[in-house]
Amino acid sequence: MTDPNQHEAHEAIVPMPGGQGADPGSLQPVTRVEDDLEGATTDKSYSQGQLVLRRFLRHRAAMISLAVLVFVTVLAFTSIGVGPIPGWWTYNYLQPVEVVNGGRPTLSLWPFSIGEHPFGQDTIGRDWFAMVMRGTQRSLIIAFVVGIVSTLVGTAVGALAGYYRGWVEALLMRMTDLLIVIPLLALAAALGQISGGRNIFVLALVLGLVTWTGLARLVRGEILSLREREFVSAARAVGTSPARIIVKHILPNTLGTIIVAATLSIASAILLETSLSYLGFGVKPPDTSLGLLISDYQNAFTSRPWLFWWPGIFILGIALAVNFIGDGLRDAFDPRQNRKKD
Amino acid sequence: MTVTTDAGTTPSDDRVLSFDGLDVRFTTEFGSVHAVKGISLDVRPGEVVALVGESGSGKSVTSMTALGLLPKNARVGGNVEVAGKSVGSLDSRGLRRLRGNDVAMVFQEPMTALNPVLTIGLQMSEALELHGIAYGRAALDRAVELLRMVGIPEPERRIKQYPHELSGGQRQRVVIALAISCNPRVIIADEPTTALDVTVQADILDLLRSLKDQLDTGILLITHNMGVVADMADRVAVMFKGEIVERGTVDEVLNRPQHPYTRRLLEAVPHLGRGPGQFGTSRHAANSVDMVGAPALEVKNVAIDYHRTGKPPFRAVDDVSFVVRQGEVVGLVGESGSGKSTLGRAALGLIEPAAGEISLFGERFTGMNAKASKRLRRRIGVIFQDPAASLNPRLPIGDVISEPMIVHGVGDRRSRQKTVYELLDAVHLPRSVFNRYPHELSGGQRQRVSVARALTLEPELLVADEPTSALDVSVQASVLAMFTELQERYRFACLFVSHDLAVVDLLADRVVVLRDGKIVEHGDREQVLHHPREEYTQRLLAAAPVPEPGEQRRRREERHRLLESLGDEVTTLQLDPQRQHGRLDDSTRE
Repeated sequence: MTDPNQHEAHEAIVPMPGGQGADPGSLQPVTRVEDDLEGATTDKSYSQGQLVLRRFLRHRAAMISLAVLVFVTVLAFTSIGVGPIPGWWTYNYLQPVEVVNGGRPTLSLWPFSIGEHPFGQDTIGRDWFAMVMRGTQRSLIIAFVVGIVSTLVGTAVGALAGYYRGWVEALLMRMTDLLIVIPLLALAAALGQISGGRNIFVLALVLGLVTWTGLARLVRGEILSLREREFVSAARAVGTSPARIIVKHILPNTLGTIIVAATLSIASAILLETSLSYLGFGVKPPDTSLGLLISDYQNAFTSRPWLFWWPGIFILGIALAVNFIGDGLRDAFDPRQNRKKD
Repeated sequence: MTVTTDAGTTPSDDRVLSFDGLDVRFTTEFGSVHAVKGISLDVRPGEVVALVGESGSGKSVTSMTALGLLPKNARVGGNVEVAGKSVGSLDSRGLRRLRGNDVAMVFQEPMTALNPVLTIGLQMSEALELHGIAYGRAALDRAVELLRMVGIPEPERRIKQYPHELSGGQRQRVVIALAISCNPRVIIADEPTTALDVTVQADILDLLRSLKDQLDTGILLITHNMGVVADMADRVAVMFKGEIVERGTVDEVLNRPQHPYTRRLLEAVPHLGRGPGQFGTSRHAANSVDMVGAPALEVKNVAIDYHRTGKPPFRAVDDVSFVVRQGEVVGLVGESGSGKSTLGRAALGLIEPAAGEISLFGERFTGMNAKASKRLRRRIGVIFQDPAASLNPRLPIGDVISEPMIVHGVGDRRSRQKTVYELLDAVHLPRSVFNRYPHELSGGQRQRVSVARALTLEPELLVADEPTSALDVSVQASVLAMFTELQERYRFACLFVSHDLAVVDLLADRVVVLRDGKIVEHGDREQVLHHPREEYTQRLLAAAPVPEPGEQRRRREERHRLLESLGDEVTTLQLDPQRQHGRLDDSTRE
């Protein structure tokens, strides 16, 4: 599915990139014949990576989303700082301070001023902006760790099962099936509880270890078809070791699928973490996350709606942005799958 | 350029299909592509006009305009008339009526042209019902009748079957039956026999020929195969880069070509029966010294099974024995399903034989440890059929060619690069392709890369599985010339798997003919291909068309005599006695 180099089955109706538009009129039969038969090596053309990048950069929604995601990430990590490194924001997410303006947001768009507490304060006077930033940090860390862990595990399992077939495949895929039939939320909640919930990296690792199943199946499917391709046979005939065949010849060809699935798993990880924390199985106070913020103040929805809306907007924004980036990547890797009207 | 006007331009009402100043452009991601540049062409009833050209010449695009089937990003200029109706002016309703009723299409690949989940009968009666020719029971009866006409045995049983239950030739007959089901005035046949074996191809061509004679249908035959042109066409138009560079009667174009491109194209077609030395190669009769050479590949009573779930294994190769000696080229010939590729893969150690033994330089893969088998693999090279599939799309050419050296730990970075450059020179590719990716190269260039990769470790045995069958003729010629040159230089033994007898005739020292996994005939090239003893080899040879109309006519008649002497029928359209004259069934047409 990610391969723009499918054999040109029939006459290429839409020619390959780099096929020259050619000028009509000036036809010098003999020389033209020679030139054209020997192919167009001198033409400007693109490597596969460049082609993908080009299409991705042209995907407007994905580009806007990427900008949003980068902005949110930078904002979250610089404002209140990471660990011992202080940020530029005056307040932190732990200390209550004097309540200004009845705890209401001081942010005003016209005339623009952010005021003392732009997102307002919670019931005991902690700065809501600092808390949302802290929550965003935690959510992003969990999302990316989960994305990386689940991608690595899923790719490894899928690749081994797909390449070796036989009992390796039977074992790995039955394991995958077993994980799939247990409701994800229940499994994650139980494991999250066991792993203590204090260290979010442990929590993220655990979540990553239960969400790789979809990718494993995808990668296995891709590899099942790729391993029958002639370039793999050619590599085997030369005496290439299985490890090298998988890593060097097969996996690069599934890169599209993997990247897209990884992006989308990041988006779902954010939502999974949010649900877990909301249910009380995820991040534990005094640390916080976006899901926890919402669950803590769900009763304040009518009296202090900003306590609900700000973390909500950030969850929505991040999840949407990551999804759009995933869409953009998928379109870029496989332009045929979702072809817009020409 | 020479555009000779047809001898005796006839009045327009006589034409069933005409292109007038046809011009097609495609808007793509990379700008506009001018696919067809103002061509004009006519087809009259009962006439076969061949549109010849290599891939990318715009011949298929031209034919698609007659059905109004181009994708949305195409802009069409000029006029296309089918049976007096201008295709450009029709709305989608009119177009649907046009397709089938006035013009029908026979596609290249009958498996994909038929819907795999519907029975033959359903697909045929659907076509009849859509065009209001017959309904329900009557439509099925008509389908049976049509299948009988195109020579499918037991049509009553066949209409209940699915496409995969039929052989390739029968599927193509079904497609032809579908095409004539609505009495079209003109049939467009886009490479109708390219996907078929030569013997089946000859039958299908016989069928098409009798079809146009009996129904007075015009046929626009699109092909790249000059043999098919010589066999079928009345008139020929040669297309190159979107323009018709030469046209005339089949005799004029094939025997007295004017345009340099046509000449080049014809020179590139290997001629069966001329043996080695075509395309300026100087391959001498190799069997002088080499017959005494040590065996490089020895196949002894080999049988190969494919395992199927729930069924007994399928025996693809059965009790086959032959030897490839050092420095000699052995052609392994057979039709699809004969097990020739399977044998090729088994020789490479990719498939284990179920019985018998395959030994390379006296050693066997079976029961060998990984290290020893790797050492053995160093001595063999491989070239596969499809250059697009056999090169890893993610690796640049330099890496592709040096990969075997890396795997076997030969040389350092610098010496590997030097070797790659030498190999690129040897296969006549510019050194600048080193950093290019496979998709940036043309088909012929890619196949040169596979040849270079196969030669990287200077193998003593090369297994080539249909290395030229995915290439255009002119490219095939240059690859074959290069191949013989390299074989002269490196003197490797070669197992050359091919279905193309002309190519094998050009390259091989000895020939093994396979059929259904068994050896039919085995011997020197001269003896097998020029004086075949076995009936099957005779049929194969008789069915291969040659690109010379006079000679091909003679060969065709010879083949018909051969078939008759063997008790087979020559394929013709079987018309009902009552409807012997004229068009099929004019009363049902309105």
